Amino acid sequence: MSFDLNFIGILIGAIMASSVPLILAASGELITERSGVLNLGVEGMMIIGAISGFALMVVTDNLFFAVVGSMLSGLIISLIFGLLTQSLLTNHVATGLALTIFGIGMSAMIGKNFVGIPGKEFPLLFVNLKESIPFLGPVFFGHSIILYFAFGLPFLTNYFLKKTKTGLIIRAVGDSPTSASNQGINVTLVRYSCILYGGAMCGLAGAYLSLIYTPQWIENMTGGRGWIALALVVFATWSPIKVLIGALIFGGITILQLHMQAAGLRIPVQLLSALPYIMTIIVLVVISRDSRKIKLNTPTSLGQIFYKEK
Amino acid sequence: MIKVEKRSDVSRSIYFLTPVLAIFLTLFGGGIIFFILGFNPIEALKFFFITPISDLYGLSELLVKATPLCLIAIGLSFCFKSNNWNIGAEGQLIFGGIVGGGVALLFYNHDGFYVLPIIILSGAIGGMLFAMIPAILKTYFNTNEILVSLMLVYVAKLLLDYLVVGPWSNPEGFNFPETRQFSESARMPILFVGLRIHAGIFITLITVFLSWLILYKTYLGFQIKVSGLSLKTAKYAGFKGKTMIIIVFMISGACAGLAGVGEITGPIGQLHRNISPDYGFTAIIVAFLGRLNPIGIIFASLIVALTYLGAETAQIFLQVPKYTGQVFQGMILFFLLGSDYLLFFKIKFLGLKKNEL
Repeated sequence: MSFDLNFIGILIGAIMASSVPLILAASGELITERSGVLNLGVEGMMIIGAISGFALMVVTDNLFFAVVGSMLSGLIISLIFGLLTQSLLTNHVATGLALTIFGIGMSAMIGKNFVGIPGKEFPLLFVNLKESIPFLGPVFFGHSIILYFAFGLPFLTNYFLKKTKTGLIIRAVGDSPTSASNQGINVTLVRYSCILYGGAMCGLAGAYLSLIYTPQWIENMTGGRGWIALALVVFATWSPIKVLIGALIFGGITILQLHMQAAGLRIPVQLLSALPYIMTIIVLVVISRDSRKIKLNTPTSLGQIFYKEK
Repeated sequence: MIKVEKRSDVSRSIYFLTPVLAIFLTLFGGGIIFFILGFNPIEALKFFFITPISDLYGLSELLVKATPLCLIAIGLSFCFKSNNWNIGAEGQLIFGGIVGGGVALLFYNHDGFYVLPIIILSGAIGGMLFAMIPAILKTYFNTNEILVSLMLVYVAKLLLDYLVVGPWSNPEGFNFPETRQFSESARMPILFVGLRIHAGIFITLITVFLSWLILYKTYLGFQIKVSGLSLKTAKYAGFKGKTMIIIVFMISGACAGLAGVGEITGPIGQLHRNISPDYGFTAIIVAFLGRLNPIGIIFASLIVALTYLGAETAQIFLQVPKYTGQVFQGMILFFLLGSDYLLFFKIKFLGLKKNEL
């Protein structure tokens, strides 16, 4: 019996690991969206983070530089989005799409010389505890530091948005940029900061994939996770804690699907692989059906261009 | 000193000139990227944009690639004009290809003039039905069409994968993930011997003409335009938003489906895993570059098709990945959107005044 319990523990640990990139990217995007900016470039920023992290790991042989560098590169590429949408007042949706297309192309260009290089072992914490405690061991221990950070992040984000002055300012900017501006808040600056923060978190999410989850560089390795992260923000009705729950559900589907494949069930592999996407649609439908609830929680100015006459 | 002023009206000449500016800026940006990668930028750009179309075969290939891009972008322009963000055209293309391909396999032993039209029609219907999913979910369940249409791209890709590996795979194909080659009567007629350019180009041109008619000469086109400019006005005018949303999705889905069926009956001739090199996504750029205008989209599709050919040539001569094309495509859209700033704002260069020194 203890063996079975331990197996379930390992399964839960795996689900947690697979939800990390979703939590990181969605938490970052959530802050961006709360300030009224819709950045559809999540997938592009993630893949840039993934290749930058991996390339820096190979070049510098230093995982710290790799992780910090991936966040920086996510931030830099999101700056393009910021410049366009905030300073040149471009359409958020189109700019975000351009960012994703550009990011995928750019990552493949940078990554050309890094295909097939094996990754480096990322240090895991409390490995001895993982093995000595049944069930709880594999659930809580033996993970990378980024996983622990990711699981703390939604709570931090929640506190930040609800209890701090800066959080309040971000929400004010997202809900009513004009009145925030009249109060003397620099709307453009706030939105820039939120975009850059989102970019950094997406970069980190990408680095988690290329450094820890599948430690190597594969073209297009984010495989739509950025889009699922975007869907998660809607699913969570812009609440950070629900992002965590949603990410675990999607992580669960992913892992379950892998195990069903491994168990040789007579269900086509492709149907199982399609499950996360189909589930996303179903969940979105269920969540969005109540239009009042969505309207109540959506940042009022989401995706709208703000221009102040000088 | 630089002073920025809001323009009171949008100049029409600038409206169609900024795409040209964006293309030049992209070439410049691309040159810089090639320089950083250690290539001679002029030579690299030559490989990218001139070598591919310096012979007849190249020009034919340009049209082969522009045919689906233009078709999809025309469809998307209906959606984008009315503020409906269908970004899953890639999925609609694949689903159209699946339905059309299924019919082609069904008529494998048939020989007749009616075979190809049936295949083409069923492909269009396939794409149309697939596009109706996000449309219906948007109108009746208030679901975000961006996310739904995008998720469906992955679903369509996996469905195609399942079919070509499993039930539809060629019985004599040594387990390769592909179907039989379609019969001759299921193929698009080739226009010139030795070149790949096919009759699909006429479908595209007819669609361009029809959409010009719909957009500029019908009540529906008027509705689409007004809804795009202001949803409130559209509601006030009593337009039935829901029906219009579903119709624009149907049109753009049908166009994407046609593009898919054009590919499989044209250059490909069977179903396999990669029937489209992301035409559905790239067409979004084509639609914007062409200013959502039928004639503009024709020119834009030729330019963007060139980035596909250029990436292929550059892959051979410069050993850069074929994804380089996407870098250029992304840049075009960046610069295009950025230069729209010139549409709405006047930038004045003023001399320094004395009191500012």
